[in-house]
Amino acid sequence: MEKQIDKPASVLRSLDWWTILIYVALLAFGWVSVCGASYTYGDTDIFSLDSRSGMQIIWIGTSLALGLFLLLLDDRFYDFFAYIIYGFLILVLIGTIFNTHEIKGSRSWLVMGPVRVQPAEFAKFATALAVAKLMSTYGFTMERWRDFGTAVAVVILPMLCIVMQKETGSALVYLSFFLMFYREGMTGSILFTGVAMVFYFVVGIRFEDTIMWDERTSVGKFVVLLSVQVFTAFLVYFYCHDKKQFWTILAYSLGVTLLALLFSTFVIPFDTIWVQMALAAALVGVLIYQGLARRVRTYFYIALFTIGSVIFFNAADHVLNNMMQPHQRVRINVLLGLEEDLAGAGYNVHQSEIAIGSGGLMGKGFLNGTQTKLKFVPEQDTDFIFCTVGEEEGFLGCSAVLLLFLALILRLIKMAERQPFRFGRVYGYCVLSIFLFHLFINVGMVLGLTPVIGIPLPFFSYGGSSLWGFTLLLFIFLRIDASRNMVRQ
Amino acid sequence: MKGNYELENRRFIIGGVAIAVVVIYMIRLFSLQIMSDDYKKNADSNAFLKKVEFPARGAISDRNGKLMVYNQSAFDLMVVMNEEKGHLDTLEFCQSLGISKEYFIKRMNDIKDRSKNPGYSRFTQQVFMSQLSDKEFSIFQEKMYRFAGFYVQRRTVRQYVYPYAAHVLGDVAEVSPSDIEEDDYYQPGDYIGKLGIERYYEKQLRGEKGVQILLRDAHGRIKGRYQNGALDRRPKAGKNLTLGIDVDLQALGERLLEGKIGSIVALEPATGEVLCMVSSPTYDPRLMVGRQRGKMHRELQKDIWKPLLNRSIMGQYPPGSTFKTSQGLTFVTEGIVNPVTTQYPCSHGFYYRGLHVGCHGHAAPLSLVPAISTSCNGYFCWGLYYMMSNRKKYKTVQEAMNRWRDYMKSMGFGYKLGIDLPGEKRGLIPNAEFYDNAYKGSWNGLTIISISIGQGEVNLTPLQIANLGATIANRGYYYTPHVVRKVQGEPLDTAFTRRHQTMASREAYDYVVQGMRASVLGGTCKHLNRSDIIICGKTGTAQNRGHDHSVFMGFAPMDNPKIAIAVYVENGGFGADFAVPIAGMMIEQYMHGKLSENSMKRAEDFQRRRIAYGKANR
Repeated sequence: MEKQIDKPASVLRSLDWWTILIYVALLAFGWVSVCGASYTYGDTDIFSLDSRSGMQIIWIGTSLALGLFLLLLDDRFYDFFAYIIYGFLILVLIGTIFNTHEIKGSRSWLVMGPVRVQPAEFAKFATALAVAKLMSTYGFTMERWRDFGTAVAVVILPMLCIVMQKETGSALVYLSFFLMFYREGMTGSILFTGVAMVFYFVVGIRFEDTIMWDERTSVGKFVVLLSVQVFTAFLVYFYCHDKKQFWTILAYSLGVTLLALLFSTFVIPFDTIWVQMALAAALVGVLIYQGLARRVRTYFYIALFTIGSVIFFNAADHVLNNMMQPHQRVRINVLLGLEEDLAGAGYNVHQSEIAIGSGGLMGKGFLNGTQTKLKFVPEQDTDFIFCTVGEEEGFLGCSAVLLLFLALILRLIKMAERQPFRFGRVYGYCVLSIFLFHLFINVGMVLGLTPVIGIPLPFFSYGGSSLWGFTLLLFIFLRIDASRNMVRQ
Repeated sequence: MKGNYELENRRFIIGGVAIAVVVIYMIRLFSLQIMSDDYKKNADSNAFLKKVEFPARGAISDRNGKLMVYNQSAFDLMVVMNEEKGHLDTLEFCQSLGISKEYFIKRMNDIKDRSKNPGYSRFTQQVFMSQLSDKEFSIFQEKMYRFAGFYVQRRTVRQYVYPYAAHVLGDVAEVSPSDIEEDDYYQPGDYIGKLGIERYYEKQLRGEKGVQILLRDAHGRIKGRYQNGALDRRPKAGKNLTLGIDVDLQALGERLLEGKIGSIVALEPATGEVLCMVSSPTYDPRLMVGRQRGKMHRELQKDIWKPLLNRSIMGQYPPGSTFKTSQGLTFVTEGIVNPVTTQYPCSHGFYYRGLHVGCHGHAAPLSLVPAISTSCNGYFCWGLYYMMSNRKKYKTVQEAMNRWRDYMKSMGFGYKLGIDLPGEKRGLIPNAEFYDNAYKGSWNGLTIISISIGQGEVNLTPLQIANLGATIANRGYYYTPHVVRKVQGEPLDTAFTRRHQTMASREAYDYVVQGMRASVLGGTCKHLNRSDIIICGKTGTAQNRGHDHSVFMGFAPMDNPKIAIAVYVENGGFGADFAVPIAGMMIEQYMHGKLSENSMKRAEDFQRRRIAYGKANR
C-alpha cells in the first residue's frame, strides 16, 4: 500500500526527461509547421478550430493528456495485457478491411460518428508490445527457427491486414521490426539480403536499357549478375571463414567475366549475360558440392542466396514490365530517374524540391512560404509537411528537425540498452526502429531520395491518429523505462 | 551462437544507420537549399503573377490643338476553359461574333495547344479574340451573360481623326523579338511605336507600365495581393504631344499631290517647326490599326510606288535651280562676286573651253539679283568657276572645294538635319576628296560646274530644301526642323532650340532675298505675285533622265516670314508647271487659314491632275 502511494513520485524521478524534452520540442516545431502548411491568405486566425492548425492544438493537448495517463499506469499493465491489446487491434484491423467507407481509395479509416481513426496507427504499439512479450518469454531464442518464425508471424499478421486495407505504405512500416530482430540476434545476412535485393532492383531496372560498349550486353543485368557473384564470395568469406575459397570464387568470376567481355568486344559481339548466368549456376554447383563434402549447412544457405538473387532480379523485371499497373510502373520509373514526369507522378516530388530549395539557409519565415501556402505541394500538411519546414525555416530549421530526431533515436537506443528485462529492450528497439523508418522514408521522399510512400512524419504531420499512435509508442516505453530500477520478485 | 556482448555491439550499427540517414539527408538539403538558386526562382514564378497594368498612350494634336491621334477602347474576348466546359450554344455564339463554327473550333483547340500557347491554364483567362471594335463588342455584349466562361478585357488601340499625315504620325504594333532584346521594358504582346513620331517619341508616349503582384495557387487562381499591394506600382500615363503640323495645311498638301509623286515640306522659320510634311503617294493611317495592321503593312510594302517611303526626309533629289540661292550666298560672302558690280555674260548658256551649259534667253550680262530672278545658269557657272580657279584666295582647287563644302554644310546640306523622325537621309554634298577619288586627282572648276546649278552630284532631301528657304527667310540661321513643338510636361529637346548660324553674311542674304522677290515680281515665278502676301521664291527644274522634276523653294512674307516651303513634284516638268502653283496655294492656306474661292477651284483642278509615271521608271 505504501509502495503504491510512493509510485508516482518515483516514476517522475526516474523518468527520462531528455526524451520528454525532445518530444515537446518536436511537437512545438510540428505545430508551427502545420500552421505554415494549412495557413491560407486572408485567413489569419491560426488558433481557430475551423483551421487545421487550431485542430492540431487539440490533438497535441489530448496527446499530452494521453501521455500523462500512460505514465500513471503500472508498467506491469503493458506486460500483462500485451496479447489482449494485440488481439483486440487485430480484430479491429480485420473489421476495418470490410469497412465500406473509402477515403482516397483507402479503407484504413474507421468512422465513429464525428471521429475518424486509423487503426493501423495504433496497431504499431500493440504489435510492439506483443512481440516484446513473446520474445521475453522464458526459453525464447532467435536461433530456433520456430521461435523466430512465431515472432515474424506476430509482425506479419497486422501487416497483411493493412495491405488488405490498401494502405501499402503503412504496412511497409512493419519491416522496421526486422531492425529490432537484428539487435536481438537475427543473423545479419537477412538484413544484408534485403539490402542486396533493393540494390539489384534499383541498379538492374535503372540501367537495364543501357547497353555496354560491346553493343550487346545490358549494363543493368551485367552489374547485377556480377554483384551476385561478388556478394556470394563475401558471404563465403564472412560465414564460412574460408579466405582461400573467397579468392578462388572472386578470381574465377572476374576472370571469366573479363574474358567473355573481351571476346565480345574484339571477336564476336554476343550477350555476355549468358556467360554470367552460367557462372552463377557453376557457383551454385560448387557451393552445394562444398556443403555436401564438408557437411556445413552454411554453404547451402549461401547457395540459396545466390539462386534467390538471380530469381529475384528476373522476377522483379518481369513484375515491373508485365504485371504492374501502368501508374505504379511510372512511379518507379520516375523515382529511378528513367522518366521525367513533372506534371504527373513526379509533380509532388518536383514541387516539394522547389519548396525546400527555395527556403535557402534561413527560410522565408513563419507563414511566409509561397509554395506551401498556395497549395503547390499536395498533402503538404500531412505526408509532405517537411516541405513547409524547408521553405519557411530553411536549411537551419531542417537540420534542427533532423538532429532532434537523431537525438531522439540515439537516446532511445541508450534507454533500450539499459533495460533490465528483454521485454523493455525489445519494445524500445521496436519504438526507435519505427521512428527511424518513418524518418527515413518520409524525409527521403520529400527530398526525392526514396519512393513516394504515404507515411507521416512523427509529431509533424497533421492528424490525431498518427500523433496519438506515436505518443502511445513513446510513452509506454517511457513508463517501462521509468521502472527500470525497481526491484521485482 | 553469439554472445550477449557481441549482440550489444549491434546498437552501434543501428545508431550508425540513423546517423548515416540524417547526414545523407543533410547533405541533400544543403545541395537543394544552399548550392542552387534555381529552386528559389522556380518558387517565385510559381507563386507570383505579375499583372501588368497598361498606361494610356499619349494623345497627339496639331499646332492649333486639333486632336489627331487618340486612344479608343477595344475589347479582347477572353475565355476560361474550366468555366466554359462545353455548355455553350456554339451557333449563337458564332453568330453574335460573326465567325464561323470552324473558326471557333480551331481557335479553342489552338488555345488548349500548349505548343502554340505555352502559358495555358484552364483556370485563367485566355485570349479568344483580340481587339474587338466597339461595334463588334456591343452586339456581343447583349448576349454575353449566356456565354459562361467568357470575359471581356478592355485595352486601347490608336485611333486617327484625320486620314492625313500617316508618314509623320507613324503607327504602333506588337513588339518584335529584337525590340524586346533591345529594351527589357517590353514583354511579348506589348505595343511599340514602329514608324514616325510614334517611334521617335516612344519613350514619352508609352508612359510607364504599372504592375500588381498577385499570388496564385497551384491551379492558377488568384489568391490576393502580395504584401497587400505594398510593392505594386500604378501605371503612369504617356505624355501628350503637340505637333508643329497644321492639319489643314497638311490636308491641302496631300490633296494637291494626289496622283503625283513628290513632297511638300513647310517650316516656320522662326522656330524650325514643321508646318506640314507631305509625301506622296501616302496612305490612310486608319488602315494600320488593329487586327489588320500586319496585312495592310505587307500590302503597302509590296506597292511599287512605295507609299511607306517618307520622301520628305528619305527622298534624295537634285535641288535644281533652287540651289542657286546658296551659291549666290557663298560667292558674295567669299568675295568672289560683288553683288552689284560683278556681271557675267550669258548667251543662251555658259561657254568655256568647249564646255557648254545651256540657259534660256534673257538679258545679259547680269548681276546677282537678276541672275536669281531669271535663274541664269551662266552666272552661277561663272561664279563657281572663278571660285574654284581663284589661286590668290585658295592654294589649290581642293582647298576651294572644301571651303565651298563648308558653306553648304553650314546651311544644313550633306548631313542629316536631325529632325525628330526616324529614317532621315543625309543627301549628298561632294568634297575635294570625293572628286579626287572620282577623277583620280585631275579635275578643276569646269569638271564640277553643274553642282553650281543644283545638278550633278548634289542631292538634297525636300526637308533640306525647305530648310534652305528657312535660312534665307531668317537671313542667316535656322533651327533644326522638328515636327513636335511640345511634349506635355517636359521642355523641348535643346537640339531643337539651338540656333544654327550659316557662314554666309547678312549682306549676301539681303541680295539673295531681293533676287527671290524679283523672281516673284517679274521672274520665273511671276504667278505668285499677289498684293496680300509678299512672297519670295525660287523655282527649279531639276534635270532627270526622264521628264524633269518640278521644284520650288520660297518663303512668305518677305519681312518677318511665317512660312518657308519646298515643293518637289517628280517628273512635273518646269518649276512653274506644278511646284509654283502648289506652293502658292499652300502659302495662301497657311497665311489666311483658308483658300479663296478661285484658289479652291484651282486646288480641285490640281487634285485631279495626274502625272503618268511609267512602271519601269520607279
